[in-house]
This record gives sequence, C-alpha cells and structure tokens, in this order.
Amino acid sequence: MIPASFDYIRPVSIDEAAHVLGNAGDEAKVLAGGQSLLPLLRLRLAYPTTLVDVGRLEELRGIRDEGDHLFIGAMTTHDEVMRAGAIREHAPLLALAAATVADPAVRHRGTFGGSLAHGDPAGDLPAVARALDAQFVIRSMEGERSVGAADFFVDYLETALGPGDLLVGVRVPKLGQGWGFHYEKFRRTAQAWAIVAVAAAVRRDNGVIQEARVGLTNMGTTPVRATAVENAVRGAAVDNGGLREAANEADDGTEPPSDLHAKPDYRRHLARVLTFRALTLATPTPPPA
Amino acid sequence: MTEVGTARKRKEDGRLITGRTQWTDNLQLPGMLHVAFLRSPMAHARISRVDVSGALGRPGVIAAFSGQDFAAEQGSLPCAWPVTEDIVIPDHPPMAFEEVRYVGEAVACVIATDRYKAADALEAIEIDYEPLEPVLDMEEALTDASPKVHAAGNKSFTWKFAQGDIDAAFADAPVVIDRTYIQQRLIPTAMEPRAVVAQTDGDMFTLHSATQIPHVLRVMLAVVTGIPEHKLRVIAPDVGGGFGSKLQVTAEEVLALLIARRLGKPVKWTESRSEGNLTVHHGRDQIQHIQLAATQDGVIKGLKVDLLADMGAYLMLVTPGIPLLGAFMYNGIYKMDALDFTCTGVFTTKMPTDAYRGAGRPEATYAIERAMDELAVEIGIDPLEARRRNWIRHEEFPYTTIAGLTYDSGNYEAATDKALALFGYDKLRVEQADRRERNDAVQLGIGISTYTEMCGLAPSRVLGSLRYGAGGWEHAQVRLLPTGKAEVITGTSPHGQGHETAWSQIAADALGVPFEDVTVIHGDTMTAPKGMDTYGSRSLVVGGVAVRKASERLVDKARQLAAHMMECSPDDLDFANGAFTVKGTETAKTIQEVAFAGFASHNLPDGAEYDLDASATIDPENFSYPHGTHLCAVEVDTETGFVKIRSYVAVDDVGHVINPLIVEGQVHGGIAQGIAQALYEEAVYDAEGNLLTTTMADYLLPSAADLPDFVTDRTETPATSNPLGVKGVGEAGTIASTPAVVNAIVDALRPRGVRDVQMPCTPERVWRALQ
Ligand SMILES: Cc1cc2nc3c(=O)[nH]c(=O)nc-3n(C[C@H](O)[C@H](O)[C@H](O)COP(=O)(O)OP(=O)(O)OC[C@H]3O[C@@H](n4cnc5c(N)ncnc54)[C@H](O)[C@@H]3O)c2cc1C
Repeated sequence: MIPASFDYIRPVSIDEAAHVLGNAGDEAKVLAGGQSLLPLLRLRLAYPTTLVDVGRLEELRGIRDEGDHLFIGAMTTHDEVMRAGAIREHAPLLALAAATVADPAVRHRGTFGGSLAHGDPAGDLPAVARALDAQFVIRSMEGERSVGAADFFVDYLETALGPGDLLVGVRVPKLGQGWGFHYEKFRRTAQAWAIVAVAAAVRRDNGVIQEARVGLTNMGTTPVRATAVENAVRGAAVDNGGLREAANEADDGTEPPSDLHAKPDYRRHLARVLTFRALTLATPTPPPA
Repeated sequence: MTEVGTARKRKEDGRLITGRTQWTDNLQLPGMLHVAFLRSPMAHARISRVDVSGALGRPGVIAAFSGQDFAAEQGSLPCAWPVTEDIVIPDHPPMAFEEVRYVGEAVACVIATDRYKAADALEAIEIDYEPLEPVLDMEEALTDASPKVHAAGNKSFTWKFAQGDIDAAFADAPVVIDRTYIQQRLIPTAMEPRAVVAQTDGDMFTLHSATQIPHVLRVMLAVVTGIPEHKLRVIAPDVGGGFGSKLQVTAEEVLALLIARRLGKPVKWTESRSEGNLTVHHGRDQIQHIQLAATQDGVIKGLKVDLLADMGAYLMLVTPGIPLLGAFMYNGIYKMDALDFTCTGVFTTKMPTDAYRGAGRPEATYAIERAMDELAVEIGIDPLEARRRNWIRHEEFPYTTIAGLTYDSGNYEAATDKALALFGYDKLRVEQADRRERNDAVQLGIGISTYTEMCGLAPSRVLGSLRYGAGGWEHAQVRLLPTGKAEVITGTSPHGQGHETAWSQIAADALGVPFEDVTVIHGDTMTAPKGMDTYGSRSLVVGGVAVRKASERLVDKARQLAAHMMECSPDDLDFANGAFTVKGTETAKTIQEVAFAGFASHNLPDGAEYDLDASATIDPENFSYPHGTHLCAVEVDTETGFVKIRSYVAVDDVGHVINPLIVEGQVHGGIAQGIAQALYEEAVYDAEGNLLTTTMADYLLPSAADLPDFVTDRTETPATSNPLGVKGVGEAGTIASTPAVVNAIVDALRPRGVRDVQMPCTPERVWRALQ
C-alpha cells in the first residue's frame, strides 16, 4: 500500500480520542480495523491529514447485556460478533450477517463499528442494524448522543457521524420470544461483497406471520428497510403463497445501484427472490405438537 | 525404488511459502532508489506538454523524466513474432512521448529515495493531453470510419491457413453448425506482482526481474537498449507465478535499465495490484466465428474458423502469434477432411494482449468443444457419441491431423471411459431428466470437454517456418562435485512449477545419487547461461529431457574413469543404483568414489582430463500432445442465474509422470483458472477506454471456497517423441475446463431455449439468457 502521507495518533482513552478528533479538523479519520479505510488510502481515494487509531481502546471492545438490549462496542470485530454467545442468543441476525463478511482475515481485523461508520450500503451489517432498529451511541467533545438507525445512514458512505465524532457502540434491542432469523446474501464468489442481500426477522404464531423486519443490503445509497414487505407479510398465512406475494414488494421504493456485477433491474429481481427465500428461512418452524 | 514417479514434496516450497527468499521486491541494495511511473489516464490522446519540474522539488525526489527524455535511447519494445510478411508492427516506445494509446501507458516517472515519496511526487507532474477518439470495438475498428490507433490503420495482419478442400467439405453438407463465440479479455493475476531492480557497475548491468524468461530477456534487452549482451546479466530470482504474463519484455524493464544507467544508482520498481491490472499484458480477447460441416450422422467433414484477435495498442513479444498457436488445434481430437483458418489481428486502444496460460489453445478448444455439443444437439445424439464418431481411435496413432500435426500417441477412449465411471454420467443424466420433468428451479447441466493440446514448444524448424524469432531447444548441464553431490544447471526458469524437485528426481535416477544430493541452478544468465526459459508447457518435455540426456552423458564419462580405476573395459561395467560393477563380480566403485577420484586426478587414464560434467541441448522432434476428458456437472439456479459447480472429473493423459504431486497441482490450478474464465474473470473497459476492473473487487477470481473438490485421475499413454515419455501438464487443465463448464451451463438451460451464455457466465448473464 502506497498512501499519501498522514499524521498518526493513537489515543489511550475515549476521552482523549474525542478530544483529538475534536481538534484535528475535517480531514482527520478514525482508523478502526482498516479494512475499508486502507483500501481507500491505497487507491488514493482518501487523503486524511491525520489517522486517529482507536485500535487499542479496550473500552470500545466487547458486548454487554444491558437488560432489554445488548450494547456492542464499536471495536468489536466481525469474528467476535459472529461467535459471541449473547449475540447468538439475543440478536442472531447480527451473527449470521457477520459470518458472511469477506473471509476470516478480514473478519478478524474489520470491526462492527467500522462497518457501520463507513456507511457502505453494500456492507452486511448496516441492513441488519436497520432491520433491528439499532441505536448508535456517538461521542464527541460536546458529549454523548444517540441516533436511531433510520437517521444514522444518510447517503452513500455518509452517516450521522460528523468530523469530531466517535462511534462508541451500538445498542441492539432484544426481540424476545418467537422470532426466527435469516440473512440471505447473494454474491458471485465466497469472499465477494453482496450484490444484494436480505436480512429478515420473522415472528410467527399459529401458522400466521405476526411481524417481520426486513433490511436490504445494496439496494440503494443507504441500507433500506423493506417496509412494504413488512406490511404485506403481517398476518399472512405461512403456507399459502403469502410470503411470495409479500416478497414481490421488496424492491418497492428502492433505487438499486448499477455496477459491473448487476444492473438495477436485475437487482430488483434479486431482491424479490431473495426476500422470499429469507422470509421462508427465517420463519420459525412450529414446535412439534 | 526410482525417484521418477514418486510423489516427492517440492523442495523449493519451504522458502516459497514462507517468503524467506529472494523475491525481486525483497532485494535491498545500498543507495537504491525507487521509481514510480505516471500513467496515462486517457485511452487515446496526443501529448502536447509534459512538465516534470514540479516533481523535482518534492521531498526525496532525485530525478523525474518524461518520455521525451528517453526518446533518443529507449528504442522500441520488441515483437519477436512477425507472423506475416506484411504485418504492421508499430513503434512501441517504452515511455510514450507523442501519443498515448491505452490507459496505463507510462508517460513520466519520478525517482526518489523511497516508494512513497516517488508516488507522492507524481501528483506534481503536469501533462496536457489532446484527446483522440478511443478505438474499443474490434469490428468497428476495421471499418473505414473508425479512428485509427496507428497511422498505418487498425489492422495488423491477416494470417491464413488452409488444408484440404474446404468447399467440397461444405458443399451440400447436410449439417452446418455456425456459431460465434467471444473470448473475453482476461488479466493474468500472478501472486507476485511484477518487480524490477536494475543496477550498474562500471559498464556492467544487472537486471533482477520477476520474469519467466531471463535468457530471452537478456537477448532482447541487449537489442533494445544497446547494452552489449556480454555486459548485461539478467536474474530471475524466485518468481511467484506468471501464467505467461511474465513472458514479456516490458517497458518497466527497459526503463529501469535506462534510469540506472543515467543516474548510476540501483533502482527498483514494484507494481501495485491496480497498476498490474492496467499494464500487465492481458490475455485472450478474440471473436471466434466457427463453422462446422458434418454428415447427417454427425461425421465432421470440414471446419472454418474466422478469428478477430485484439492485439491491443501495440504488438508485444509474441502478441500476434498467440491466436496462431490455436490455429492447429481447432480440429482438436477429431478427424476431418478440410480446415480453413483465418485470423485478423486488430489494434485497439487497450492494453496489449499476449500469452496467457494456454495461449491460443484454450480458445481453439473452447470453440471446437462448444461446437461439438451443438452438433450433437443438431442431429439428436448424446454429446459423447458425437465425439466418439469423430475422434482419432487409439489404434490410429501416430496420426497426422488435418492441421498437419502428427499426434504421436493418445487414447481418447480410455480416458473417456475412466472419466465416465468416476463421474457417474448415466446417473446424472437421469437426475437431469427428473429435474426437467419437475421444472425444478435448480436445473442440472452436464458439460464435456475431450481436449488435446500441443505443447512442449517446440521444434526450432517449425518455429522458424511460423516466422517466430527464436528456437525451441533447451539446455542442461550436470556437474558431479568432488564429494559426489550433483548440480543441475537448467535453462528453464521456474516460477512455481517445481523444477528444482522434478529435475532432481530425473538426475537422481540417472546418476544414481540420492534426491537430496542434487541442487538445481536456474534463472541467472551468469550461472545458467544457456536457455530458452519457461512457457508453453515446455520445461519438462524439452528441459527435463535435456537434464536426463546430460546426466546420461555424465555417467558415460564416469564410466570411463571407473573402468580405468578397476582396470577393465567400460563395456564390462554395469551401472545401477549409483555403482559401477564389473560384470559377474562383486568389484564395484560408487559414483561418489569415482567423483572424488576424478577430483584428485591421481590416476587418470593417459591423456585424459578431469571432466565430470556434461551438457545436452535438446531440440524436440515434435510437439507433445497431452489429452484428456473433463466432465463437469453444474446446478443452475434459474431464479437467480447462479451457477454452482456440483462435481468435476478430470482424467488427463500427460504421459509418464515424474512427480504425481506436481502433476496434481498443475491440474488443479489449471482447472481453477479455466473455470475462472468460464464464470468469473473479465477485464472491462468503459466507453472511454478506462479499465474498470482495476481491483480484485471488480476483477473477480475464485478461491477454494468457490470450487468443488476436483476428482482427478490419469491414463498414461507415453509420448513416443521423447525418451522420458512425458507430455506437458502446465496448461492442460486451463485448456480443458472452460468449455466443460460452459457446455454444462448451456446443457442445463437448453430446454429453456438457451444456446449460448457469454463468458464469464455471471449470474446476471445467465439470468438474462433465461428472460
Ligand atoms: C477484501 C475485503 C472484503 C470485504 N468484504 C466485505 C463484505 O462482504 N461485507 C462487509 O460488510 N464488509 C466487507 N468488507 C469490509 C469490512 O467489513 C470492514 O471491516 C468494514 O467495512 C470496516 O471496518 P473497519 O473496522 O475495518 O473500519 P476502517 O476501515 O478502519 O474504517 C472505515 C470507516 O469508518 C470510520 N470509522 C471506523 N470506526 C469508527 C468509529 N468507531 N467511529 C467513527 N468512525 C469510525 C473510519 O474513519 C473510516 O471512514 C471487506 C473488506 C475487505 C478488505
């Protein structure tokens, strides 16, 4: 990697990090796992003057059970997310999605917070955070604030994080009983980014879908919540084509990107097919009578 | 136990895998400077102004040059294969100074104390371009209205080859298959990027380069730069893969030498992956029009091939010859009465193309193997049956094909039978029928490829008749050291193929010394001065045979000395297991004893010299013709277009096997690379001529996770054209696998009206083919 030159600071506390960021100006960048930032530096698509490496901040690491929600530190790696018992129990959708990120090397370096802060709609965690209504905890010199997922993702590679902001962690509400989960990712090779992916959480009762949450990866400039699907599927019977009908709403209101791997019409089609698959696989099977 | 045939682990792998070795980029020389190249962002433009002065003031910058600064001395990058008399070979300046003709062409450079400073300073160079029209489509390029890549026009050559009476073959032919296939442009992706270190010492020059061809490179660089050949040493240290992309004389190699000469300092350049995608020569990129005439029974009468081959912006070392290597392979393993081949080489404003694993033969094999499936469908028989009706039967060897090549040996029936049994062909056909019946969303397809190829380049006379600039011989020297150890000096230049291991096995058997007692020296024109290097699956078939012959000559010399030591006639000695034994007695001398006796020279025959080394130069009498049957089963998700390879069986016949592990490795890698062309890889230029696939996120390569477990096996029909009975294996997998995969996809979707899916068969393309 041959990046342009930059200053490098490694704060030892969240306070110091917030302070450093607050004073470093617009062109400073937080360095977490580096798995998105370093490629940008390598291609000289980003010219930060200062990198603030938060890699040694143990305070940003780890998962805490805080009653009705989990708190996941920003520096928790994808690998930790996919293995953590608390996540598997209370927010398995995160673990399912994290397990599809790239390859083991990237998952051991790349972080949960970095993935969200980067705001790449092709990333796997943002759509899940949308589906689960995660709350983003942000620190700056001004103090701490919290932003909901719906407001956090602003545009392509743009989030509610401004210069001087540090993402400390994310609160993920526990969904409670009766839910099933699936992350359906469509990609050309095992390590590739999603062409389209669908995060689905489904609560079923008595052969009827009570409630669903559906997030779409790479179907717009931000991760998308497929509300039309969620509305259509509510109350649908599990086995009479209701899921497929609801899934056909998946691309409603989306503006999928066009790139070498897929044109928008194909992405729309995929969103419908994959949403059906995700809903089907997420729907819990009833306990044996 | 003989060494040959043993599955030895490769002796070079420890250092290659750990990287504790002399990769060119690992080289550190005192005072070494670093070069960074500024590259054209325009596909086609006139350079109206270059100002490098801004870079000169930047930190760490020692010098900066434009193309104009080298204009007088840089010469033209060579093309060694002028395939026709009237071929257009445009000037190819290593650094452009008047016009740029592809995105990535070097236009200026900075030399600085480290890589980072050199790269930073590039941003201070100012260049004005007057845009010219890009030329991106081969068919349009040949129209009168097209803008011109070079003043002489966009056609480089048309090469024709005709055998038999093609009109008779097509006249009234009841079945004619007429198809056009596209060989997409590929980017060779060696694990080690290109790297160069150039240094001068007085009037001596040393160039380290991650190259496949140190020997050819030395000759060519001497011609291009005017540095006398005997003042130029070229070293290919350990090299991490090439696949043909390092069979080249590159702009960066020439310029590094010129810069080192000018500054009197060693300089290094190592490309980044993105720089490599732009400027490593690309592969394939042909439009193939194939017509096949057959009887109602599916017996082939004749084949017409009309090819457009994208040369890119310039002709590089063997650019125009690549499609021609395929000319003789379009008939594959099949008999026919006539063959008519035409190839037109076209200039476009893209990176030049050149050799890429298989070089011409994968293209040919793809077209004929696709067409064989179409023939089978046309007359309503199983695709295997269509092949059986046309292939050369094993009792017909040696067989001279319509293309004029004599296939020395082969057994297509045996390889096919073995492959069918391993694959479970009949069972899969039953499952396929069932899925069709049920209109399952996931359809099953079966693809066949019964390939052969010509490798072991090549008889020098044949190369001469094809107007290739060099010969096809290979050289080896074997030295017996005083303690009985041996050094093998080879002219081949391994870059991942395991020559150190295989050559040791060959020499160990011939000399009767332990495998561990052999060292193989290669890749340095000073220590291994004679060679033709490594490409075209030639190293074993030519270079390995030279090792064997040189070893045998050495044993003959040792025999003379042993006979003198034991006071008998050389004819009275048996040589086995490293010992000369007087026939019918227990009296013996080991080769190690003989080695030391020679070194001491206390008791040589009168007038004899201490001479326990021997050389051999082999010029092959024929190509070698590996063959095999590859079978591929794919599952196609018709809702998404996703193709999953469910099973893959390869039965290859590469003749005698020196090291089964190495053969296995080559077959696996080759199949993966062929599958990659079928499903994943494509270099994409946009309408302005910008390369879009400059990273591995855009230029997709499969990994182990995307590939099935390959089931591989062999039949062993020895080549009769060389004493080892070996055929090449370096490219076979790549040549065979691409059509097997695409045939399988088309087979899966044929009931839904699909006849072709353009490569790479991405999910989106497969899905669109179904709409
Ligand atoms: C080969 C490869 C394949 C990949 N494939 C996938 C994939 O399939 N799916 C997927 O989802 N991702 C993929 N990724 C990206 C990976 O998930 C990254 O881990 C993630 O995008 C960024 O996390 P990071 O910790 O590396 O962040 P960094 O690269 O260090 O930072 C990314 C951005 O976020 C900002 N940032 C990071 N942390 C904070 C913070 N705490 N507060 C404020 N700003 C912050 C940085 O300033 C920067 O702008 C891939 C990456 C690679 C290299």
